Amino acid sequence: MINLPVFPIVIPALAAIIMMFMPKRVQLQRGMALGALAMTAIVSLFLVHTVSTEGIQTLNLGNWQAPFGITLVSDMLSALLVTTSTLLTFFIVWFAVHYFSDSYEGNYLYISMLFMLVGVNGAFTTGDIFNLFVFFEVFLMSSYVLIVLGGRGVQLRESIKYLLVNIIASALFVMSVALLYGVTGTLNLADLAMKIPLVDNPDVITVIGVMFVIVFGMKGALVPLHYWLPGAYVVAPTPILAMFGALLTKVGVYSILRTYTLLFDGNGEFLQTFLMVLAVLTIFIGMTGAIAYNDVKLIIIYNIMIAVGVILYGISVNTQTSLEGSLYYLIHDMIIKAVLFMLVGMMIGITKSGQLRDMGGLITRFPLFGWTFFVAALSLAGIPPLSGFFGKLLIVSGGMDEGELFGPLLVLLSSLFVLYSVMKIFLNGFWGEAKREYDGPLVPYTKRLIVPVFLLLIIAVAYGFGAEAIHPYITQAIEPLVNPEIYIDAVIKE
Amino acid sequence: MKQNSKRVNDVILQTAAIIIFFIIVIFSIDLFFAGHYSPGGGFIGGLMTSAALVLLLLAFDSKTLANVLPIDYRLMTATGLLIALLTGLHSVFLGRPFLTHAYGKFDLPLLGEQTLHTAIAFDLGVYLVVIGITLTIIQTIGESE
Repeated sequence: MINLPVFPIVIPALAAIIMMFMPKRVQLQRGMALGALAMTAIVSLFLVHTVSTEGIQTLNLGNWQAPFGITLVSDMLSALLVTTSTLLTFFIVWFAVHYFSDSYEGNYLYISMLFMLVGVNGAFTTGDIFNLFVFFEVFLMSSYVLIVLGGRGVQLRESIKYLLVNIIASALFVMSVALLYGVTGTLNLADLAMKIPLVDNPDVITVIGVMFVIVFGMKGALVPLHYWLPGAYVVAPTPILAMFGALLTKVGVYSILRTYTLLFDGNGEFLQTFLMVLAVLTIFIGMTGAIAYNDVKLIIIYNIMIAVGVILYGISVNTQTSLEGSLYYLIHDMIIKAVLFMLVGMMIGITKSGQLRDMGGLITRFPLFGWTFFVAALSLAGIPPLSGFFGKLLIVSGGMDEGELFGPLLVLLSSLFVLYSVMKIFLNGFWGEAKREYDGPLVPYTKRLIVPVFLLLIIAVAYGFGAEAIHPYITQAIEPLVNPEIYIDAVIKE
Repeated sequence: MKQNSKRVNDVILQTAAIIIFFIIVIFSIDLFFAGHYSPGGGFIGGLMTSAALVLLLLAFDSKTLANVLPIDYRLMTATGLLIALLTGLHSVFLGRPFLTHAYGKFDLPLLGEQTLHTAIAFDLGVYLVVIGITLTIIQTIGESE
């Protein structure tokens, strides 16, 4: 099947388009969305299998040969991330089916969620930097719809900010792509990787590299470009927030990982130091926010920033070990953040308040819910053998091998802050006495809502316990990043 | 057609708009087909057609337009997307890479020998999407006023 890499993009797109013909038939839409996502998940698992046995899969769209046409490249890195995002979207849609009211779902909700997955999967798969921009736009368009859906005042206010930030970032993205094209005359990532070392003036490449870091940093919420994130995310309804938190910032991080290792790697110390400083700052601000707030949503949102910083630190160290750690932690964080966002959304839905002081004693009434949260919290903080541990271990040991001390220590310290912030939610929200009788709108649905969350948590736990089995896949995913020749040879066949 | 002469006297605009509408539409179709080998195509053609429809909207009002062209523009967008995607997918079933187009020379009645290309179907999809999206946006903004 030469077309295999395109299926995780086309199947959700086709389903979403067919669903556009019947926006009001909610029951049918739920079935179609879940069916399409299940199919996509199976296809992407098959893609992972194919890549692991037969190597990198490439597809020249329209049969125009690389580097002239548009190429889709499924290496292990993109196949793993495509699989993770598809699985996450499946469980989040399952959660959304029970979470939203029918009238809400009738407003192109599932259609937008599917189109968002199209954009995310496309961004992970494309081997062409202009198409990376196109797929960014695809998922941004859907995210605009999703963030404004519901039309409450605060949502409108925050979506204006979100829109402005992203339009500016997108404009900057096109400019950076144009500069890169002006210098090298190509947009294909593999071809760029060959031509960039031949550029006479390496400083131009450094400037372009910094511009790309700024663009992707805006999407990925790196300090000091993070200011829009807490406000925009906190107003979104829970399933939407879960999807944003799990997927959108991670696409920014993936783009930094891909472009930095492939294009700007051989470009001297400056960019590496720049990334490292940003990573450290992001971890700091994330830690401050995570312990400062008493709003459950905001605590988890600031935890996103810590995770982004930790992953970025691994990228900036840029050795096989640290990159493996970054990828392992990236996938772990996507899964566990989705779980945690859905769980805190349920807490808010049950208690009708986002503040910790209004909660308490939830575990006596909802034991499964409480223990699910406990395991998810431990996993986020990286208690072995849960999934957060191995990624951080690899990042820290990768940093230590390079003679770094400050960074690895900060990563370890951040784990403590993460643990403190989520245990604060657990102790104040689940333990103790119930402050009052909880009568939130989600109380009758708790039993149904917990099912997708619990299943997703099982996947996260299995990801931790199965680290040994998954490790060969991670190694295979990182190899083309450390040795770009593998990637180039796969795309441009002489 | 309803004349909203209470506010302004726009007889000239309305009379001219009806004639100009057809000229713009015909030109947009010409642009659409020109896109086969020269500048033009589904996007520009679609924009021009929607410009013609917007001209009607300005000269009359949205009710008049809805009476003349009872089209659900959201369904139009969906149809366009479906056509474009299926055109891309047809090559998958033939075992070629996604989006590969097919073409050939055909003897058509009246027109003589012509090349037909599946890219025109893709462009038709784009054309419908552009009209659908533009009109949906304009109607949504117009309604809220």
